[in-house]
Amino acid sequence: MTPMLALSLRSIGNRRLSVALTVIAVALSVALLLGVERLRNDAREGFAQTISGTDLVVGARGGAVQLLLYSVFHIGNASNNVSWQSMQRIAALPQVKWLVPISLGDSHRGMRVVGTTADFFAHYRHGAGRALAFAQGRAFAAVPDGIFEAVVGAEVAARFGYRPGQRIVLSHGSLGGEGGPRFADHADKPFTIVGALARTGTPVDRSVLVGLEGIEAIHIDWHGGAPIPGLSIAPEQVRKFDLSPKSVTAALVGLDSRIAVFRVQRQINTMAGEPLTAILPGATLQELWSLVGMAERALLAVSALVVAVGLAGLVAVVVASLGERRRELAILRALGASPLQIFALLAFESLLLSLAGIVLGLGLLYGAVAVAAPWLAAQYGLNLVPGWPSAGEWRLLGVVLGASLAASLVPAWRAYRYSLADGLTIRI
Amino acid sequence: MPEASPGADCAAVAVGGLRYRWPKADVDCLAIDDLTLAAGERVFLRGPSGSGKTTLLSLVGGVIQPQAGGICVAGQPLSRLSAGARDRFRADNIGFVFQLFNLLPYLSARDNILLACRFSAARRARLRAAGVTAQAEAGRLAARLDLDAEALERPAAELSVGQQQRVAAARALIGRPGLIIADEPTSALDADRQQAFVDLLLGECAASGAALLFVSHDLRLAAHFDRVLDLAQINHATAVEAGA
Repeated sequence: MTPMLALSLRSIGNRRLSVALTVIAVALSVALLLGVERLRNDAREGFAQTISGTDLVVGARGGAVQLLLYSVFHIGNASNNVSWQSMQRIAALPQVKWLVPISLGDSHRGMRVVGTTADFFAHYRHGAGRALAFAQGRAFAAVPDGIFEAVVGAEVAARFGYRPGQRIVLSHGSLGGEGGPRFADHADKPFTIVGALARTGTPVDRSVLVGLEGIEAIHIDWHGGAPIPGLSIAPEQVRKFDLSPKSVTAALVGLDSRIAVFRVQRQINTMAGEPLTAILPGATLQELWSLVGMAERALLAVSALVVAVGLAGLVAVVVASLGERRRELAILRALGASPLQIFALLAFESLLLSLAGIVLGLGLLYGAVAVAAPWLAAQYGLNLVPGWPSAGEWRLLGVVLGASLAASLVPAWRAYRYSLADGLTIRI
Repeated sequence: MPEASPGADCAAVAVGGLRYRWPKADVDCLAIDDLTLAAGERVFLRGPSGSGKTTLLSLVGGVIQPQAGGICVAGQPLSRLSAGARDRFRADNIGFVFQLFNLLPYLSARDNILLACRFSAARRARLRAAGVTAQAEAGRLAARLDLDAEALERPAAELSVGQQQRVAAARALIGRPGLIIADEPTSALDADRQQAFVDLLLGECAASGAALLFVSHDLRLAAHFDRVLDLAQINHATAVEAGA
C-alpha cells in the first residue's frame, strides 16, 4: 500500500492548483461552521450571563420573565412598584449580603435612565463574573454632592459622543426615544456626566445611571406624571427636602451563600404586607433563551449546508479529475495494482484533501478569533473565548470528517469500477 | 541464453480451449483452441483493430477471466489464483508496453521505471539475486535504450513520444519478468523510428531471456520475430465486438 500513498501525494502535487482551491473551499466552509457554532455558544453564554453574581431579582408580584425583561433588559414596564419599606425588610434578612435597588421610568434620548445606588457598580456582574469598569471618569458621588451626577453606558457614550463634564436632560417616561413621542423634559434639573462605562454587551450599555435621590429630586415638584402647576423648586433648593426614595421598581439581591437562595426566595414571595416576586435570574434567562434561540439553530443549519456544498465541490473536483486519470489508473493496474488499491488510492486522496481542509479551516477560525476577539468585545461586548475546540465543536468536526469519509467513497467507487471495466486499456 | 527466468522450462504462455465473452455481449469475442509461446520466444501477433487482441492481452495479463479454457503464464494457471494474487503475479511476471500514455506524467522517467519494482517484491528479489540495485539497473536499461542521464531525471510529461516508449520498455524489462507484452507500441512513432524501437525491444528481450508477445496490425514490423501469428486465423469466434 505504501507505494500507492507516495504516488497519491505525487499525483496531488501534480494537480496542486485545483486541489488547493478545493481545499480552500472546504476550509472556508469548516471555518464558517465552527465560527457559527462558537458565536452561537458565546452568544448564548453571554446572554445567560447578562447578569451574573446576582442571586435574586425582586419586583412586584408578576411573571418571572416579565420581571427579568423590565428589570434587567429594560423592556416593557413594571405593573407596580415596590415600597421602600419592603426593600429595607429584604435587606435586613440575615442571609442577604447586599441589595441594589433599581428605579426605572425615565429616559434620555431613547435610552433608559436607571436610578440606583453606587453599590450597583460594585455588585453588578456580567459574563464570567466580570465587574463593570469605567472607560472614563468615576461613579456618581453620594448625597448631597452627587444628586445631579450621571454615569452613561458605553452605547450611550458612543452614540451621542458623551464625555464626562457634559450636561444632559432627562425626560419623563420611558417610551419613545429620539423622534418618538416627546414627553415632558426635566429641563429645569440637568445632570452632569461624571463617568462612562466600558462595553459589557448587556443592557447596561444602553443605560444612563443616576442616584435614587436624583430620581426623587427631578420629580419633587411633579405629581401623577406631570409637573405641579405653579410649583417649581430650583435644583439648589431640593437638598433641603427629604430625597429618600418612597418606592423603587426592582432590586438585585446578593446572598452570603447560594445554598440559601430558595429559602430566601420563598421568604420574599410569601412576605406579609406586599405581594412580591423573587426570581433566580440565571434560570429565567435560560427560559428566555429558549424563546429567542431559534435563530441560532437556523444559522447552524445554514452553515452545515455550506459544509455539504464544500464537500460536494471536493467530490466533483476529484470525480472530474478521474476522467483524465483513467490512463493513470490503467497504468497502475498493468503494473500490478489491484482494484482495491485503486479504490484506496482515491479514497485516501479525497480524505487527505478534506482533512487538509478541516485543519486549514481550524487555522482560519483561530486566526480570525485571535484577530477579531478584541474588536468584537469592544464593539458588541461579545466575548469569544480562544482555546481548544469545545466538546460540541469536536462533535461537529467528527460529523464533518464522517461526511468527508462518505464523500471520498464516491470517487473511490467510480475509480474501482473504471479499473475493473477498463482492464489494461482505456476504453473511452 | 542468460540465466533462466522463472518457469523457463515451461511455456511462457499457454492458452487452451479459451472462450471469452464480454459481459452483456451475445456472442463470444475470443475462441482460441491453442496458443503457445515458448520461454524466450518472440512472437508477432497480427491483429487488425477489432479482432479481439486487446481482450486477449487482458486475459493473458489476468485482468479478466475467461468463461472457459485455461491460460498458463510461466507454468502458472491463472484461474487457480485469486484476484489479488493475479494482480501480484502480473506485477512479478509480465511487463507491459502500451500504444500510448505509458507513463505517469508527474514522475520522472527514472521513477516511472522504478515503479515496476515498487509493485513487485519478486522483481526486487531478482535484482538483489543478480547483485544490482534497482537504481543501477534502471540506469543500465536506460543507457541500453539510448536514454541519456539527463532525460532520465526529467518529468515524463516533458519527454518526446519516442523517449516515453523507451522508458516504458525499460519499465517492462526491469527485474526480468518472463514475459513482455507489447500492444501496438510503435503506432505513435515515426515510420523510421518504428523499426528501431522494435529492434531495441527484441534485443533487450533476448538479453534478459524474456518471451515477447508483440501485437500489431502492421506486418512490416514482423521481420525479426521468431514466429508470426494471425489472430484472425487462430480465433474461431464467429463475431467480434467492434473496437475491442
